[in-house]
Amino acid sequence: MPVDERERERLRWRSRRGLLELDLVLQRFWAPPGPEIDAAQGRALAKLLAMPDNDLLDLVMDRVPNADPALEQMLVRLKAA
Amino acid sequence: MALSIRKFDVVIVGAGGSGLRAALELSSAGLKVAVLSKVFPTRSHTVAAQGGVGAALGNMGEDSWQWHMYDTIKGSDWLGDQDAIEFMCRMAPEVVIELEHFGMPFDRNDNGTIYQRPFGGHSANFGEKPVQRSCCAADRTGHAMLHALYQRNVYARTQFFVEWMALDLVRDAEGAVLGVTALEMETGQVVLFHAKATLFATGGGGRIFHSSTNAFINTGDGVGMAARAGIPLEDMEFWQFHPTGVAGAGVLITEGVRGEGGILLNKNGERFMERYAPHVKDLASRDVVSRAMATEIKEGRGAGEHADHILLKLDHLGPEVIDKRLPGIREIAIKFANVDPIKEPIPVVPTCHYQMGGIPTNYRGEVVVPEGGAVPGFYAAGECGCASIHGANRLGTNSLTDLLVMGKSAGMSVLEYLKGQGSHRPLPKDAGENALARLARLDGQQGGEDVNEVRGEIQRTMQAHCGVFRFPDMLAQGVEKIRALEGRMGRTGIKDKSKVFNTARIEALELDNIYETARATMVCAQAREESRGAHDRADFPKRDDEKWLKHSLWYKAGDRLAYKAVNLKPLTVESIEPKARVY
Repeated sequence: MPVDERERERLRWRSRRGLLELDLVLQRFWAPPGPEIDAAQGRALAKLLAMPDNDLLDLVMDRVPNADPALEQMLVRLKAA
Repeated sequence: MALSIRKFDVVIVGAGGSGLRAALELSSAGLKVAVLSKVFPTRSHTVAAQGGVGAALGNMGEDSWQWHMYDTIKGSDWLGDQDAIEFMCRMAPEVVIELEHFGMPFDRNDNGTIYQRPFGGHSANFGEKPVQRSCCAADRTGHAMLHALYQRNVYARTQFFVEWMALDLVRDAEGAVLGVTALEMETGQVVLFHAKATLFATGGGGRIFHSSTNAFINTGDGVGMAARAGIPLEDMEFWQFHPTGVAGAGVLITEGVRGEGGILLNKNGERFMERYAPHVKDLASRDVVSRAMATEIKEGRGAGEHADHILLKLDHLGPEVIDKRLPGIREIAIKFANVDPIKEPIPVVPTCHYQMGGIPTNYRGEVVVPEGGAVPGFYAAGECGCASIHGANRLGTNSLTDLLVMGKSAGMSVLEYLKGQGSHRPLPKDAGENALARLARLDGQQGGEDVNEVRGEIQRTMQAHCGVFRFPDMLAQGVEKIRALEGRMGRTGIKDKSKVFNTARIEALELDNIYETARATMVCAQAREESRGAHDRADFPKRDDEKWLKHSLWYKAGDRLAYKAVNLKPLTVESIEPKARVY
């Protein structure tokens, strides 16, 4: 079951960051036609987007290991974006 | 659309370093303060600041605020106002110690004092030798600053309105500012924040350029709102550029890459710096390298499909040197340029970094205009304001110093102003209608111009016609092109008309601010016939103090320009007279 359109938009806006590097990674993730996100993935993305910018960037750039298995799948997608 | 009204003593737009510092001053005094922010406060662009806060604490050796003041004035190429510069440099140690007491985890010396690192342009004894003046928290200074200030604001009961976008200023017939209209993203509701004082701390507008180090949120919102409300914009031609950002992305490639032996090539594979700087070549100063790169691109020798970038070659250094000495660069190139520098060159281009101009203020953060002086109830601080501390070029570490000093100063000025104020000034009958009309136009537009396309057109025009090195023919065409975009700007449209979290609507509203910022920049740049600081013109290569030792003021109405004198008189010390800026 995909996340509803408004939740998608909320996640998209929260992909606007203070660090340009994250903006760029997330811009690719959201590039048309847009990613498929189900409810569980939506929750994982929301959790990642709630992190401080520097911590999220460290995860995305593989500078630190991810300690939360629930985030792994979404993180892999962000890294591949 | 219904317009609900909420009353506060003060409304602050922007929750980066300067907005948070100002809010803390006001909330701590017991005022009812609203802070509006498009994103969560600790995700403001201040988070990107790594270098530190410049302050003459003298923890690493002798230092003085007079030396810091001299460096800042010289850095500004004498366009900075010396009263504001004295004010900032004198107050810098105080705001840094305050921040330490707010819980900022500064790096420390063995004796417990704040560690200070060296930084380019900072000197002891009026340019004699380098001095260590930058107070930092590893490479996360901005991040730590935002967290310390945000937590103190929560304690002081500042009311945050997160994911709200300010739309327009509200002014009365006398020109006093009575607050702002703002859009709540969650609901699409528009609220008029009625305040006794309004403070803009919206940051810079670096997204006007195609290549920019700025985060996507930096769309010049405060500058755009001020311009639409009839406030002139000051010194908008001055933008700091960095020579080597990844083309198409903006992420910086440190100048250390050229220090380690990286070389710049044009599309023909020519090491062109040999022509521009035969002795030092690729190790020439930042402005010389930027100018050479811009000239190569302008003359058709840029690389790539659009001949719009330069190639930074590293592969001759070998994988061992690249991995050992430049590991971060390989990571950035692979991630953001999609090239592995061990095998291929990195596409780079001069990249916009910082906005020196902005909403004209004095050192108290009061917005001042030629027509009547201080605008009652209106204040600005940080990158969106122009005090003018940075003049034609900002010194490294002075951006965070500016945030803290001007944030606090503007807060103190608001406190003083409110002592003489009774209740809120009454709202005019048409209050908020300008913002509602803008929204109604957007929602009613059928088959309008695509927001992404128009934004791209503005950014490419600014990059090509008003970049780091400016040519007269390109500027003239640039002014025409930017003016010609006005029609398309008036027809931007969105397909998604929903009220709840409609990012398309927000981006269309941001585009209005990008356009005002870009147009002011282009018009001011074409008019200023000299080279000073970051404004570098091919046809007027020298600074011209006789004609141009003055600030530009751009008015949206009529695309009009006016000028005002630079204040060469500090508050308490002797003036530092203009001389050649040589390092």
